[in-house]
Amino acid sequence: MKSQRLKFYQTGTFTVGNRLLSDEMRSVQATVDRNNSLNSGHRACQGCGEALGARYAVDAVMRATNGQAIAVNATGCLEVFSTPFPESSWRLAWLHSLFGNAPAVAAGVSAAMRVRGKKVTVIGQGGDGGTVDIGFGCLSGMFERNDDVLYICYDNEAYMNTGVQRSGSTPPTAITATTQGVGEHPGQEFGGGKNAPRIAMAHGIPYVATASVADLRDLEEKVTTAVGIRGARYIHIHVPCPLGWGSDPALTIQIARAAVQSGLFPLYEARHGRLVKATKIRRKVPVTDYLQPQKRFAHLFGKTPNVAAIDRIQAIADANIEDYGLLDSHEDPPISLQI
Amino acid sequence: MSTNTQLPFAISLELDSSLANKTGSWRTKRPVYVDRIPPCNRACPAGENIQAWLYLAEEARYEEAWQALVEDNPFPAIHGRVCYHPCESGCNRTKLDEPVSIHAVERFLGDQAIKHGWLPKMKPATGKRVIVIGSGPTGLSCAYHCARLGHHVTIYDAGEKPGGMMRYGIPKYRLPREVLDAELDLLVRMGIRFVQSARIDDLAKLMETDRADAVFLACGAGLSKKIDIPNWHARHVIDAVKMLRDIESDSPPMLGRRVAVYGGGNTALDAARSALRLGAEEVVLVYRRDRKRMPAHSSEVIDAEEEGVKMKWLSTIADLQADPGRDTIRIEKMKLNAKGQPEPTGEYEELGADTVILAIGQEAETGFLRNMPGLQFDKDGSLLVDQQMMSGVAGVFAGGDMTPATRTVTNGVGNGKKAARCIDAFLAGGVYEKPYTLGSARGDDGVFDPKVKEIASFDRLNPWYYTDAPKHIQERLAGLRRLDGFAEIVSGLDETDAMHESRRCLSCGNCFECDNCYGVCPDNAVIKLGPGNRFEFNYEYCKGCGLCSVECPCGAIKMVEEKI
Ligand SMILES: Cc1cc2nc3c(=O)[nH]c(=O)nc-3n(C[C@H](O)[C@H](O)[C@H](O)COP(=O)(O)OP(=O)(O)OC[C@H]3O[C@@H](n4cnc5c(N)ncnc54)[C@H](O)[C@@H]3O)c2cc1C
Ligand SMILES: Cc1ncc(C[n+]2csc(CCOP(=O)(O)OP(=O)(O)O)c2C)c(N)n1
Ligand code: SF4
Ligand code: SF4
Ligand SMILES: [Mg+2]
Repeated sequence: MKSQRLKFYQTGTFTVGNRLLSDEMRSVQATVDRNNSLNSGHRACQGCGEALGARYAVDAVMRATNGQAIAVNATGCLEVFSTPFPESSWRLAWLHSLFGNAPAVAAGVSAAMRVRGKKVTVIGQGGDGGTVDIGFGCLSGMFERNDDVLYICYDNEAYMNTGVQRSGSTPPTAITATTQGVGEHPGQEFGGGKNAPRIAMAHGIPYVATASVADLRDLEEKVTTAVGIRGARYIHIHVPCPLGWGSDPALTIQIARAAVQSGLFPLYEARHGRLVKATKIRRKVPVTDYLQPQKRFAHLFGKTPNVAAIDRIQAIADANIEDYGLLDSHEDPPISLQI
Repeated sequence: MSTNTQLPFAISLELDSSLANKTGSWRTKRPVYVDRIPPCNRACPAGENIQAWLYLAEEARYEEAWQALVEDNPFPAIHGRVCYHPCESGCNRTKLDEPVSIHAVERFLGDQAIKHGWLPKMKPATGKRVIVIGSGPTGLSCAYHCARLGHHVTIYDAGEKPGGMMRYGIPKYRLPREVLDAELDLLVRMGIRFVQSARIDDLAKLMETDRADAVFLACGAGLSKKIDIPNWHARHVIDAVKMLRDIESDSPPMLGRRVAVYGGGNTALDAARSALRLGAEEVVLVYRRDRKRMPAHSSEVIDAEEEGVKMKWLSTIADLQADPGRDTIRIEKMKLNAKGQPEPTGEYEELGADTVILAIGQEAETGFLRNMPGLQFDKDGSLLVDQQMMSGVAGVFAGGDMTPATRTVTNGVGNGKKAARCIDAFLAGGVYEKPYTLGSARGDDGVFDPKVKEIASFDRLNPWYYTDAPKHIQERLAGLRRLDGFAEIVSGLDETDAMHESRRCLSCGNCFECDNCYGVCPDNAVIKLGPGNRFEFNYEYCKGCGLCSVECPCGAIKMVEEKI
């Protein structure tokens, strides 16, 4: 599995597979014997980015550990849609914890495994609410102690499971049940919330990365790298939520891609607190390509578009592009990503 | 719903227990795999399934690629050289960078087949006899397809050697005769009987003596149109078609120093370029309209200019003697009216020329058919045929240049193929029906009918996934070096370049097994069937989100309304 940008083979490494590439060059998701860690029958909405991201990530963990992995899950959609009693969609050892304590439970499982002399990779996972808000103390402790856990946050930018309430990860201007479309500045305020992967970096832990369901190869490579490192590791995956974002389920990946290609969701890797690599933008798009297909931003595009707000969001993207060095001098020619 | 009480300690939910929840019932739309018609295939006059043979060439499966190609067109080596490739004008890749160099890969496959002596697959003999009159591309194609279908075929042709205008028109520098001979030899090896130097003047009699069950007429349009220009005998006047024919028969005409070529079609350009090769010092092409309105293909105009042919647009020859005592002709300048038609201006000029080559168009040679009751002709003398390619006489079919049609080698081959299928149906007592009809090019109607195929237009693709890859350039002889003789100008691609060129194909509308649908389904509802076998939907769990359809690079998944 490679994320090297291979050209000339029709789709190179941009598609999930590519019959013209050797087996090592194909993704885990392209293989018939992938683990399908989150199996069919789960109750996630149509086109759920979180369900997709979880299978991508956990399948890569299972491949990299040869099946020797345990997952600890925080409460949230991912847990609720996958395990309504008496059913489970998980095809690995999987533990239920609470909304706010998954990092601590995962740290405990990891310690227990070490005591029992088992070589098992422990992952903790949860939504942005469970991670960035209520579980943040536990997470910070896990980082501080450098517990041997790979923690994965599936960021759909709100508390989806309980009806789309704002979280510390909700972006400016987004409408949620608790940041309504009223007043002078509808939706989430500018300057609120927090940047969890940067805070994770500030702990100086061995590995921090951001990933997106729009870039499978990049995601799989980061998960595989993380599995190969000991200590506290954190991966933050951007996963569109058709229900909470008010978007067409068929466009989940298109929307995630627009977030990456606009610079709003930068993909990078950091080791011991230092940025080591950023994934370049392939075809730059304006932030409106990202915002417009989502109803939570519809108020920006009314009869008189809220140009000031759109410009501020564009400025965030532009700052990311500069800060992370997201543009290459030989960028591919621009094409519209909108369908 | 029962829980397994035998579960080990602390394990409360059984593995794969969620499979009990059949989420397929949520669906309001279902994805279906379709094969849409790629624009290249649609544009190919020979009806080649281009995407399909490129797909095989991508994997270096060249013989299979050739077999897929010759399902429709027996002459890839020829077409890779002389076809004007309308497929490439239609190619969706043009909207990303440049079209796939389809003709270059086609030529490579044709050349491979010649090298390895590959033979097409044939059906068992039917005992039916078909005769074909004319061994140009149209007749040869019909003969080939009839033979593949198992019929016994004899071709009668007036020329000394077979090939029609491919031999006696198109010059060697574009189509080397070894290539032509090698591809025609395929038909001999298939058991088709060639009778050359046999001009037919009594069709009814031939049908009787040969006990033919069906006839295909493909006599071309080899008759030069006549015109009259004042002072006709003042200059050495040569007919372009005759000149090209004479060059082929090793008796090239004597030309003067300065040659004027009158006309703007293929024939005019090839005559002009051949004149330079025969030693003319100056060749000027005189044409009534402008460059844009010239019937000749623009690439040929560029080639001719590179070689040194001069162009005189918006001009006619008014008199073959501008001034007694001097080797000049009188040119009248033309202008285009609002409809783009040329009109005389009354302005004249002199042009130095001792020889004038006339290339003002050709007509079908249908005189010998005029006494056959039932046949119908248009005012240009072209033979009329119906949708089944059949003339007014049952069992007598026709196509190519002798019928009202686009006059190209490729259209001839397409006509020949279609006629063969119609003849086959006629011999079985029926009529030929296309296996599918074309549906709307745009818009998802949400209905699925396997007998209606949609066009894989660019808006059906997800271009994000394709990598940038500029096309491979075929080497060409430099302009002046070409004039040493009739050597071929354009070289073929080598194996690596041909394979990479085929890999530039986007596979429009037809699955190329990129695994995207298999990967992006959040519900694992896509089943991968393994190399060559594509995929299947698991409708027990597919929620109908449509992610696969949007993320399929090539537009091979259609969302269809679910009947609820
Ligand atoms: C100079 C020139 C260059 C061209 N270049 C190109 C090109 O680059 N690309 C392209 O696609 N097209 C080109 N064309 C057009 C193309 O050659 C013709 O459209 C094509 O050959 C027509 O095929 P056909 O089989 O219908 O007729 P033809 O090729 O004309 O063949 C008709 C055959 O029927 C025979 N015949 C006629 N009457 C009788 C009879 N009574 N009995 C027996 N036999 C008979 C003739 O001898 C001839 O062999 C060119 C044409 C010319 C003249
Ligand atoms: C202590 C506690 N408070 C509140 C809840 C209710 N609750 C369950 S999931 C959830 C929100 C989950 O949001 P997030 O972590 O972002 O995951 P998502 O559902 O968006 O994937 C809340 C508030 C709870 N289970 N426990
Ligand atoms: S990209 Fe391939 S399938 Fe599509 S039009 Fe071009 S040659 Fe045909
Ligand atoms: S997504 Fe890829 S694998 Fe699936 S149908 Fe389209 S081309 Fe085939
Ligand atoms: Mg959330």
